[in-house]
Amino acid sequence: MARIIVVTSGKGGVGKTTTSAAIAMGLAKRGHKTAVIDFDVGLRNLDLIMGCERRVVYDFVNVINGEATLNQALIRDKNCNQLYILPASQTRDKDALSQEGVGKILDELKKDFKYIVCDSPAGIEKGAHLAMYFADDAFIVTNPEVSSVRDSDRMLGILSSKSRRAEQNEEPIKEYLLLSRYSPDRVKLGEMLSVDDVQEILSLHLLGVIPESKSVLNASNSGMPVILDEKSDAGQAYADIVARYLGENRPHRFIDDKQGLFGKLFGRK
Amino acid sequence: MSLLDYFKTSKASSASLAKERLQILVAHERSSRNQPSYLPQLQKELLEVIRKYINVEQDAISVNFEQNDTQETLELNIVLPDHQPKHPN
Repeated sequence: MARIIVVTSGKGGVGKTTTSAAIAMGLAKRGHKTAVIDFDVGLRNLDLIMGCERRVVYDFVNVINGEATLNQALIRDKNCNQLYILPASQTRDKDALSQEGVGKILDELKKDFKYIVCDSPAGIEKGAHLAMYFADDAFIVTNPEVSSVRDSDRMLGILSSKSRRAEQNEEPIKEYLLLSRYSPDRVKLGEMLSVDDVQEILSLHLLGVIPESKSVLNASNSGMPVILDEKSDAGQAYADIVARYLGENRPHRFIDDKQGLFGKLFGRK
Repeated sequence: MSLLDYFKTSKASSASLAKERLQILVAHERSSRNQPSYLPQLQKELLEVIRKYINVEQDAISVNFEQNDTQETLELNIVLPDHQPKHPN
């Protein structure tokens, strides 16, 4: 049975697209056929992070409007043949996405894919609403920072009341916390909210902590999801997150201060 | 408090300050999340009606909505002033 994952946060700039690209690649690399959809209509960017911006011919809205088939619009990833990208449209029409249209596309994707990752735009407008509406699982990307935590809580409220599962009284969306841009040394100095603080406030299941890392910018510069940078801390953090999501038991490696040389050299399990 | 203490405390507490502020805010926002959307309007109109007869303060009235599995409760609280002015008519 296919599962729909929404990557959401409310607040912008916390790492939703980076996370969507990384986990979609991670799932696909493990052999699960995965589609990743950009819901940010008008501000398409997932294509850039995935490095397929020059191969976009048709987009999400073209498919909804029947101007292209799903197969024509899906872009096969250059690094992994189990991964497909559905780019957002650059139209400025705010109503380009409809609930019915999105539902139809997701139903079609569900026949063929194991995981469908929905990269939500920031905010709580239509795009964000539709990205989460059909979800089975929600990855809440949060920075250890007051406005991000507050917005995440707001998203939790919306997930639990405005989603399809909520409206149809089904089992609620499974919610997971992904704490990104984390600096253990600043937490130690009392300058940054700790994982425990954020978990206490949001009471969410922690799927993983992504450390503040130079590798994230390097990855987006080159259009390669950071999870492919297997030597980087952020890449490893995402690999752990994918493994945990798939039910593996992996200890958290990036919560404590630098593990020292030994940990760095032999940290990978 | 010496200057040194000032730097020490302010530095150590910024994360805990953030946590404290968030806990209060999130609790407040969660409690108002499940309330029906008509509640603020209801509160406003009730206040107008009551003020026709009794001179109460703006914040003398509170409307709480609570929900559990079996029932919904609408609780209305009005704090009357100590010396009740006479009925206007």
